[in-house]
Amino acid sequence: MTDKETQMITEKRVDIQVNGQACEITVPAWRTLLEVLRELGHKEVKCGCEKGDCGACAVLLDGKVVDSCLTLAWNAAGRSVTTVQGLGGPDNPHPLQTAFIEHGSAQCGYCTPGMIMAAKALLDDIPEPSLKDIKRGLSGNLCRCTGYTRIFSAIQAAAETLRQQETTS
Amino acid sequence: MNRIESPAASTANLQLRQVGKPLVRTDSPTKVYGTAVYAGDLTMPGMLCAAVLHSDRASALLRHVDTSRAEALAGVHCVLTAADLPPSQGVMTDMPGQTGGLTKNTKQPILAKDRVRFCGEPIALVAAENAAIAEQALRLIDIEYEDLDGIYDPFDALAPGAPIIFGDDNVVASYKVRKGDIEKGFAEADFIVENTFTTQYQEQAFLEPEAALAWVDEHEVLNIRSSTQVVEHYRAVADAIGLPHNRVRLRAEFVGGGFGGKEVMTIEVWLALLALASRRPVQLVQPRERSFLSHGPRHPFTMTHRTGVSGDGKITALQIKLTSDAGAYAKLSPYILLYATVGATGPYRVDNLHIDSVSAATNNLPACAFRGFGTMQANLACEGQMEEIAKLLGMDSMEVRRRNFIHTGDANVTGQIIRSAVWSDQCATQALATLGERPTDTQTTRIGHGVACYQQSYGRIRWMKDSSEAWVGVEMDGTVIVRSAVTDIGAGQSSALAQITGEILGVPMDQVVVYFGDGAVTPLAGTSTASRALYMSGNATKMAASQVRKNLLSCVAGYFGVKIEQLDMCDSQVFIIDDPQRSIALKDCVKLCAAEGVHRHNLAIFRAPTSEGIDPETGQGEVFPDFTYGAHAAQVAVDIETGEVKVLKSIGAHDVGQAINLRAVEGQVEGSALMGQGFALCEELILKQGRLQTGSLSEYLIPTSEDVPEIKAIVLESRSGLGPFGAKGIGEPVYAPVAASIANAVADAIGVHIFELPITPEKVIKALREKESTK
Ligand code: FES
Ligand code: FES
Repeated sequence: MTDKETQMITEKRVDIQVNGQACEITVPAWRTLLEVLRELGHKEVKCGCEKGDCGACAVLLDGKVVDSCLTLAWNAAGRSVTTVQGLGGPDNPHPLQTAFIEHGSAQCGYCTPGMIMAAKALLDDIPEPSLKDIKRGLSGNLCRCTGYTRIFSAIQAAAETLRQQETTS
Repeated sequence: MNRIESPAASTANLQLRQVGKPLVRTDSPTKVYGTAVYAGDLTMPGMLCAAVLHSDRASALLRHVDTSRAEALAGVHCVLTAADLPPSQGVMTDMPGQTGGLTKNTKQPILAKDRVRFCGEPIALVAAENAAIAEQALRLIDIEYEDLDGIYDPFDALAPGAPIIFGDDNVVASYKVRKGDIEKGFAEADFIVENTFTTQYQEQAFLEPEAALAWVDEHEVLNIRSSTQVVEHYRAVADAIGLPHNRVRLRAEFVGGGFGGKEVMTIEVWLALLALASRRPVQLVQPRERSFLSHGPRHPFTMTHRTGVSGDGKITALQIKLTSDAGAYAKLSPYILLYATVGATGPYRVDNLHIDSVSAATNNLPACAFRGFGTMQANLACEGQMEEIAKLLGMDSMEVRRRNFIHTGDANVTGQIIRSAVWSDQCATQALATLGERPTDTQTTRIGHGVACYQQSYGRIRWMKDSSEAWVGVEMDGTVIVRSAVTDIGAGQSSALAQITGEILGVPMDQVVVYFGDGAVTPLAGTSTASRALYMSGNATKMAASQVRKNLLSCVAGYFGVKIEQLDMCDSQVFIIDDPQRSIALKDCVKLCAAEGVHRHNLAIFRAPTSEGIDPETGQGEVFPDFTYGAHAAQVAVDIETGEVKVLKSIGAHDVGQAINLRAVEGQVEGSALMGQGFALCEELILKQGRLQTGSLSEYLIPTSEDVPEIKAIVLESRSGLGPFGAKGIGEPVYAPVAASIANAVADAIGVHIFELPITPEKVIKALREKESTK
């Protein structure tokens, strides 16, 4: 769609892969990936500020963690998005999810989906993170409930599991 | 409905198999897999989006509000201002969800009518096809203000001749405590120590901003699904908009953090009005910057302690003045001030005592409930004063504390006799010991250790006559259901009920389903506030489950020809303790009961102890059901060049009575350690002439992962509490001493106490300079 006066394109169709599923949507230039994902029903992507301050909306975009509230949907065109539901579920939990459950890392749970995605990106980068690496890797993700300690321990445990899976496979 | 006085024979030989263990909370998987539903995640066909116009003046007359341009905008369904509201013109804000009892008649307008009293006061509501149109409509509302003088300091508000914002004198509440003979106490003192402590506004900063969805259903019932701590607000919604109580149904979803900020009504009544006016489902999710204006932060307090002490460190007299800034409306300020008053002497016995406390109205943001509810501010002053006394006497501050600790059987501030265990000394000693050796100072860093104790109530004020109901039943296939309107605000409220029920009925907790948070169909449980949810609903659930257990066991006893006392339940089996091979599956046991017409379910009510209030002249009387005691210790490193404070270790040690879920208890201690650190060091809502300067999470700084010290929770269990299995409330208590311990550690590091929170680098540098110059 084009704006009659300016001849600028205001809306376009974009293809986004979300958790492996192809989605085709028509979106205006100013819509964020967060808005679009939630509109598509991906309510697991949370919104805490819409300004890049809290990390509740973090998802993986082509494997890199981004705040979806700061990412325009147009910029996700042709790329693949992973949310916490794409990482795993009750039948095929990701080691991070198993560890978050076992360590009691979620209290109110509102930060959890974003936190897990930030952790995933961290472990992809640094498979054996030090505590300092973990702290730095999560510095864009706020949690008001837990004091982060159980989030750190879950990530360490998941890293260990992933390393073992690596060596046995 | 059964009221069970004692669990008696059926639970006599209950050995704890689940309670106290660090089990996986039932709400964990859904949160971790991203399937948990929060109020902002709900959608309905035809749903509209709401937006709220908040005043950008702190004190002004509303000359004219013109919504015609907004109404004309395509996609706008309705615009409401005070002129459109039903005559009640207000919502009760002082008694959240209570089932009767006293009120202070502190109604707050739903929307400002002729005058705005604080910057952020709601003026107009919009419902539109989508959020973008709703936002655009807000910009089309024209408002003509006429500015009035405002008051932004509680002391100015109390001065003679101050413009009146509240009542006849701006006094929102005041209390007096008069105990013993203060003249005599001061005469006996060898030293008198006087200090004034101040605290700042603190924002709850829950990660999930306010959110709710409202619609009118096919039965003409107004439904609201909300992020709230209190489903009993359906009554206040109904009263505010002129509907019968039985036509409003309020349900709480998983709450993405509450901390008191979702205790009084936030956005529910606005949505109720929009849903009625538009006859469509309407949802509101407050953007973060408006969330800051939609609840009410922690009250700033000014607290002066004048303490008489004998040479051996015994307090002989204490005179305390507390002043809090209520902001423009009363909300819960009277109760918060009462908590501060009762908590003003911390966990210490003071026989000669005067307290004068007052909460004053200003044109600032109305302050309200926040974890600790005034107690933690009061405790900060008390614990800072302990250090100053110790310094003056040249004594160890723990020794001074020991000479003054309150003990079981002593009377507290209001003359209430403490009946449960008081393990302040054990907790403080363990917390301090766990700090270990001090690292050595370097050229530019100074290490400090600090400790703080506390006394914090759990359960609501006694004259509110608090109660909680719960229903427990076993289905025909042996599965177990709990029904309770308790709200789940993230601390494991619903999971705890599953664990308690699982324990009593011998069923794994993850197989118990808890239906919670529905003000219309689950038995009312009261608020998830005041550290009462586990205490109250845990007891009600345990009572109901125990009655069901008794019914089941009596059937099985008949079947096996044994006594109830010879039976136990575990792994969904009922078995004979001395002959475990003789057992029956729970599902078969249920069939036995059904055949005999024995009830497999029970609705129980737990009632908290009550009293009729305090004497207004002396402040004496029983205020709370009971108290929790414990301590927090901190190790800090202060950079004397930059003034920066780094917390290295943060240790909470608390007598929790009995942990229900050990991991959940530790989680509370850990979370409070970091939240308290934020209050001590970096969090501050800044208002200038009533206008918020820090309305985002990049300006209002809460601790991040990089600020996390080594945190440890030490859990002690006296089993002396009033909750299930002897549990005490912990959600607020564990938070009460944290900031004080950090402030005390900083004082220990740099040799001078900073009396004004937060302890920013600027204040540290200033304190160091002043210390230098007075040398
Ligand atoms: S919602 Fe995206 S960072 Fe807060
Ligand atoms: S668990 Fe509540 S914000 Fe992290």
